[in-house]
Amino acid sequence: MSSMSATIQVVFNEPGCGKNANKTEAERKKGCTKQLQPGGAAGGCAFDGAKIALQPFTDVAHLVHGPIACEGNSWDNRGSASSGSDLWRRSFTTDMNETDIVFGGEKRLYKAIKEVIEKYDPPAIFVYQTCVPAMIGDDINAVCKAAATKFGKPVIPVNSPGFVGPKNLGNKLAGEALLEHVIGTEEPDYTTPYDINIIGEYNLSGEFWQIKPLLDELGIRILSCISGDGKYRELAYSHRAKAAMMVCSKAMINVARKMEERYGIPYFEGSFYGIQDSSDSLREIARLLIERGAPAELMDRTEAVIAREEAKAWAAIERFKPRFKDKKVLLITGGVKSWSVVAALQEAGLEIVGTSVKKSTKEDKERIKELMGQDAHMIEDMTPREMYKMLKDARADIMLSGGKSQFVALKAAMPWLDINQERSHAYMGYIGMVTLMEQIEKALYNPMWAQLRKPAPWDEAGVNWQTKAMAQMDAQAAEIAADPVRAEEARRAKKICHCKTVDLGTIEDAIAAHGLSTVDGVKEHTNASGGCGACKGRIEDILAVQPTPILQAAE
Amino acid sequence: MAIVTTSKKACSVNPLKMSQPIGGSFAFMGLRGAMPLLHGSQGCTSFGLTLFVRHFKEAVPMQTTAMSEVATVLGGYENVEQAILNIYNRTKPEIIGINSTGVTETKGDDVEGFIRLIRQKHPQLEKFPLVYVATPDFKDAFQDGWEKTVARMVEVLVDPVEAGAARDAARVNVLPGCHLTPGDLDELRTIIEDFGLKPSFLPDLAGSLDGHIPDEFTPTTIGGIGVDEIATMGQAGWTIAVGAQMRRAAEAMQQKAGVPFRLFERLCGLAPNDEFIAFLSEISGRPVPAKYRRQRGQLADAMLDTHFHIGGRRLAIGAEPDLLFDLSSMLHEMGAEVAVAVTTTVSPVLERIRTQEVLIGDLEDLEERAKAHDCDLLITHSHGRQAASRLKIPFYRAGFPMFDRLGAGHQLSVGYRGTRDLIFDLANLVIADRETNHQPTPETWRSTDSGLQVVPPQLH
Repeated sequence: MSSMSATIQVVFNEPGCGKNANKTEAERKKGCTKQLQPGGAAGGCAFDGAKIALQPFTDVAHLVHGPIACEGNSWDNRGSASSGSDLWRRSFTTDMNETDIVFGGEKRLYKAIKEVIEKYDPPAIFVYQTCVPAMIGDDINAVCKAAATKFGKPVIPVNSPGFVGPKNLGNKLAGEALLEHVIGTEEPDYTTPYDINIIGEYNLSGEFWQIKPLLDELGIRILSCISGDGKYRELAYSHRAKAAMMVCSKAMINVARKMEERYGIPYFEGSFYGIQDSSDSLREIARLLIERGAPAELMDRTEAVIAREEAKAWAAIERFKPRFKDKKVLLITGGVKSWSVVAALQEAGLEIVGTSVKKSTKEDKERIKELMGQDAHMIEDMTPREMYKMLKDARADIMLSGGKSQFVALKAAMPWLDINQERSHAYMGYIGMVTLMEQIEKALYNPMWAQLRKPAPWDEAGVNWQTKAMAQMDAQAAEIAADPVRAEEARRAKKICHCKTVDLGTIEDAIAAHGLSTVDGVKEHTNASGGCGACKGRIEDILAVQPTPILQAAE
Repeated sequence: MAIVTTSKKACSVNPLKMSQPIGGSFAFMGLRGAMPLLHGSQGCTSFGLTLFVRHFKEAVPMQTTAMSEVATVLGGYENVEQAILNIYNRTKPEIIGINSTGVTETKGDDVEGFIRLIRQKHPQLEKFPLVYVATPDFKDAFQDGWEKTVARMVEVLVDPVEAGAARDAARVNVLPGCHLTPGDLDELRTIIEDFGLKPSFLPDLAGSLDGHIPDEFTPTTIGGIGVDEIATMGQAGWTIAVGAQMRRAAEAMQQKAGVPFRLFERLCGLAPNDEFIAFLSEISGRPVPAKYRRQRGQLADAMLDTHFHIGGRRLAIGAEPDLLFDLSSMLHEMGAEVAVAVTTTVSPVLERIRTQEVLIGDLEDLEERAKAHDCDLLITHSHGRQAASRLKIPFYRAGFPMFDRLGAGHQLSVGYRGTRDLIFDLANLVIADRETNHQPTPETWRSTDSGLQVVPPQLH
């Protein structure tokens, strides 16, 4: 296990991560993993993250070493699409039983690898470690090595048992496994000046195929996609690419950066969600390739394609404008997808509410992303009643989000659209944006809503859970407002930092007690802004009004 | 009759089985104001939660003690304590239901001991309903987790009744197995109430996961049987257990409160429902309502209409033991041949399944055998979809999980009416398959060898 904790430290110390670069040495040691709260946690484990990141490699057999829970409860749950092999969708697990726990599971794992090779003969096997075999000391590295030697086939250990941390750590540990065992182990038949890698793209609902035809048209070859619709051999020779694009935020930043370090492959972080982003990304790909020796005319061709596609997309979106006039969208999600669709939504005439989003220029993006990240945090903490009030207060006509907020939105007879990974529509590139508009239009104008919002004939008008909840919350608010002591309590209880659960009172007390004047000072004493850092702005606001009368600081 | 064998493979391919802790959590979801809690790493809960959400398309309450690597090694007392306190303070539940997992069982956490300490340390929790069940992932299956958890609920939550105390003859306890849907429970409730009886379902998923729009949203379950009602179940005149897995809970009820029980291993099919309806008539002292006489006639007629299509079908079925027994027996009685049967865990019903061999195995086994036996009807949960598309035979989704079709919570199999709808669905599937894939052509019967074609297309 010592080597794994070393790997985790390395991953935490990622210099390519902007957030990490701003941390002190001590903070960096602690890592970027938020301490989980028992009884108040949501989200997947590190094994889940590793599997999500690697499972879209289509011709690989993904073998999970553990009891049935890890694979039996979760397999075939992602909508990645494959253009070839369907092996990745088959599920392989050692399904460890009590005897394995007592005597060790290594033998069973070795036999399992043998069975998979005999029956399915994949180009490679990825073996995933889970908590129970990690605890009992099963050495999957040794088993994989022995099996690889014996069967003459790559058997790759992915050391990311669930209990080492959350999903995003698992993404990175998966990347480490690729860097250590796969990338650079084979050579392509030939290379071209137009070879790129796409890193961190999972081809959910086949959405990458909304972009690929454009790359094909430009003669740009995807040498390897890590990992959507990916193949083992392509991954193994991906070190020969000329440039790389890192999609999906920072999930695999370690792969992109280390490939730059080891193989001199420059990368940029980009997205194909949204029209502007798609164009920017295509330009950036062309620019990097030209830098690495591709003919300069590539840029002209790229610009021509961009101009054509943008014109087509805007023309298509134009027809939604009258339908979207005066319609408001409540956009909530922490992911990259939300901020990159903002521009297109606004262009189509939708007003975005719920987050203070102005016209989204490139400079604003980081800020929008942070704001939205914060909202996503907040939503996870809300009771359904509070969430309903938020929907109502925002006067939104439709909500775009992912995750568990959907059920409250829908049950409140609120049009809702999934823009997270569970969704079944592809929203990438220029076509994808138009599809998104179509879906929004369909949801907004469904005649069903009018019927659903009407009470049953035998129910008193206005006596439903929605009005009851609103009345309850209003009554509570009035009660609190009437009582100065409770009002002050409520004011101080307002949560400022959602990651570290720090309220306004705690911050004010710390400022008063220690005479603080900086965000860092507040962080030192209260831990506020020690998580995602998105509440910095709010802490600055609090600092700005201290020590003026506290009531002004309330909002 | 059937020989029960266990797969000898080291590698399970395309598992049929799910783990028993989430079967335990599933049982707690049928209690009102409940928060199921898995003592394990966050992934243990997250995988289960995702599966339930995909199946029901509902918000599902489920929490985790969020065991880290260090906490796992050192022991999870603090995590269990914090989790209970956090849930108690934040979500104000009426009960917290705790199941252990593989990680915490490998370490050997004494959760019952933890709970005693926690109750001592936090007086507000002294009487608060906390039910704990040991359910390691590396043993047994989903159905076993449910079985153990419901039995434990009875042991902990039902008030004992003194021998000779007066019973409420109109009250009936119903202990449903995990193979029944919320829709099935509502069907049973209607039937039982039509005999003037007052049923208490433990657990009652129909209250919580039937997809209704609740009056009040809570972060816990939005319905189900209340802890107060469970406490009084000992006063009922009878307990009806559905599925062999519920024998354990029914016996616990009998032991604790002296309630006699009747176990119905099946409620799908004509004969099992005759027994059930006759039993209700007997214990209620009322004649069978006209409604059920009519429904019986409708089922009989449906059997006549559908037997052309179901009779002679070679069925490959993969399901947990009680569902397997129920559906395969009904289809056997309709003239289908149960050619391949695969299940997840041991059960006394397995050897009575009307087939040669029942294999405790996975969906790869089911697929291979279905192919070898030339099966032409596949029944299993949604994970069978890949096998079905390779086998190119009609596929009926049954059991949990059903994540790629809607309405899982309302699919019926119990009662005359449930059976009737089920056999119509199956027959229609067979008809649609014939229309799409087996239309005769001038070449269909052209023989290339001297013998007759063994399997002519069906022309019913």
